[in-house]
Amino acid sequence: MDLFEYQARDIFEKHGVPVLGGVVATTPEEAREGAEKLGGGTVVVKAQVKTGGRGKAGGVKLAHSPEETAEKAGEILGMDIKGHTVHRVMIAQGAKIAEEFYFSVLLDRSNRNYLAMCSVEGGMEIEQLAVERPEALARIAVDPAVGIDEAKAAEIVDAAGFAEDIKGKVAEVIRGLWTVFKAEDATLVEVNPLVKTEDGEIVALDGKVTLDENAGFRHPEHAELEDSAAADPLEAKAKENDLNYVKLDGEVGIIGNGAGLVMSTLDVVAYAGERHGGVKPANFLDIGGGANAKVMANGLDVILGDEQVKAVFVNVFGGITACDEVANGIVGALDLLGDHATKPLVVRLDGNNVELGRQILAERNHPLVTLAETMDGGADKAAELANA
Amino acid sequence: MSIYLNQDSKIIVQGITGGMGAKHTALMLDSGAQIVGGVNARKAGTTVEHKDHEGNEVTLPVFGTVKEAMAETGADVSVVFVPPAFTKDAAIEAIDAGIGLLVIITEGVPVQDTAEVWSYLQGKETRMIGPNCPGIITPGESLAGITPHTITGKGPIGLVSKSGTLTYQMMYELGDLGFSTAIGIGGDPIVGTTHIDALEAFENDPETKAIVMIGEIGGDAEERAAAYIKEHVTKPVVGYVAGFTAPEGKTMGHAGAIVSGSSGTAAAKKEALEAVGVKVGKTPSETADLMREILQSL
Repeated sequence: MDLFEYQARDIFEKHGVPVLGGVVATTPEEAREGAEKLGGGTVVVKAQVKTGGRGKAGGVKLAHSPEETAEKAGEILGMDIKGHTVHRVMIAQGAKIAEEFYFSVLLDRSNRNYLAMCSVEGGMEIEQLAVERPEALARIAVDPAVGIDEAKAAEIVDAAGFAEDIKGKVAEVIRGLWTVFKAEDATLVEVNPLVKTEDGEIVALDGKVTLDENAGFRHPEHAELEDSAAADPLEAKAKENDLNYVKLDGEVGIIGNGAGLVMSTLDVVAYAGERHGGVKPANFLDIGGGANAKVMANGLDVILGDEQVKAVFVNVFGGITACDEVANGIVGALDLLGDHATKPLVVRLDGNNVELGRQILAERNHPLVTLAETMDGGADKAAELANA
Repeated sequence: MSIYLNQDSKIIVQGITGGMGAKHTALMLDSGAQIVGGVNARKAGTTVEHKDHEGNEVTLPVFGTVKEAMAETGADVSVVFVPPAFTKDAAIEAIDAGIGLLVIITEGVPVQDTAEVWSYLQGKETRMIGPNCPGIITPGESLAGITPHTITGKGPIGLVSKSGTLTYQMMYELGDLGFSTAIGIGGDPIVGTTHIDALEAFENDPETKAIVMIGEIGGDAEERAAAYIKEHVTKPVVGYVAGFTAPEGKTMGHAGAIVSGSSGTAAAKKEALEAVGVKVGKTPSETADLMREILQSL
């Protein structure tokens, strides 16, 4: 889960990382109050969107009074930045910046450890710096069992080439950011820019934090950081029912078991769509193992709620899950949904107890259900029906 | 022959008394695997009743620790079914006990826990598979995990995959030919055994004549595997990558399956594999056809 800048700021503050005052606002009036709370001086009004390049898009503006803050917030709220609508702004205390640096610590999948990256040339796009002048970006491996201790922090600031007089202070902030990474179960903590103010303080001016959702059981408070406003209504409904669902732009609803097989099903349906008027998969939905009637009904209910969907392809390989249970799930779901089930369903079952599963569907002989022999055949039929 | 797991493997189950553990202990026994006991500190000294593949009653001892279980039974493989919150401790206990093969089935392990386990394992003798994986099967010999043993039997194909159900699908598509070993390495950002590890083992396994490698979007494991194949693998490899139509920035079920920026796309992985002579199928059935052609030409 990616956090908004204001959420990252709050988490930094909680772990003792120096940040500037910041208040989140959803209306110009709240923005005015926020500016007053920060002393009524110069502030920066920053769009809160989970994408880069907001400065260039006009999503970051200076304001010199509470009135001007409200005015600028009014301009930014509702803006579209790379497809993200701005619902919130952060009113941040202005800072007198002397120098800008960069720091991040993240999961390094390839090396199966963590990677700290640090540069005395912050502020700019770090990807650009990494390509154009890789020597300016220090990359230091971090052992997950040890973390960033004093020695590692010293190694990082040395490698980045900080001036002697601020090395100690920067190392201390880096240790604080490591605490954020570790204590919050993050997979990314990035500060760009990390700044030295004119009075010589080191401050995290903008932060990006990605949290590991698998670690949610250790952090019940993380649930409140979810951006329910931005979630697609169908995705929100699926989440309520613990379904692994991603809304896509297409006409063929997909239900399957296992992430890999469902991804593969999306591909096979997309290829089949090329033969049937260009129809595309409408979603990713993994019902996981042990699909009973209720899980199937919940899944079908979400997919049939997608107005774009014209046909549904159920592709299940019964590994541990028995196909008769899946078939009973489908029949039960159709009975539960009754008149709400209006779109054709193509069902492909294979694996454990497949004969019994197909028999159950054949006997029920529901007018909306077509049985398919193979994954390819089912995808083709579903695409054809979606294009009818 | 096979890789990592064979008929002599003696398997214990960490979490043998839990729902998942009990269910899959029964299925592993049914496959003919030698399950010799289990571990649950709170139920040490008790036993669990199961049936072996011939229908005979078996009584399996439950031990307090992995170390004790290994000493009493001679176990060299452990399959972990404990909940995510306890997986790190279970893994470290098994590594400390010196288990040879550690298969972690548990889904939803925090990635920092896995990172710490991986760091801890360095320099020790344990091979880890997973977490969040279906485990490993050597058809006709043994099963350490949740792969259905009824799909197909022994044969010349080695299979390595991130995904469980895609492994099953591919074993089904090539069911007439059979498999030496099929290993599901898991879809998490950090896993213990990689595509490259499995490729190396299959290359060295005389029973394996050809290899199917199944990947999916996210990370660069497939690209790295391609580089490895070019230098070290002489056996034919057929590839499949799931997620061509996955949009950027959306996680597709597996924590690792997310496309960010230009790296990690299915197209990039396909290109990298094809550049080193790996034939890549567009769909599981096309991939199976490619494998069939290769085996016929050998």
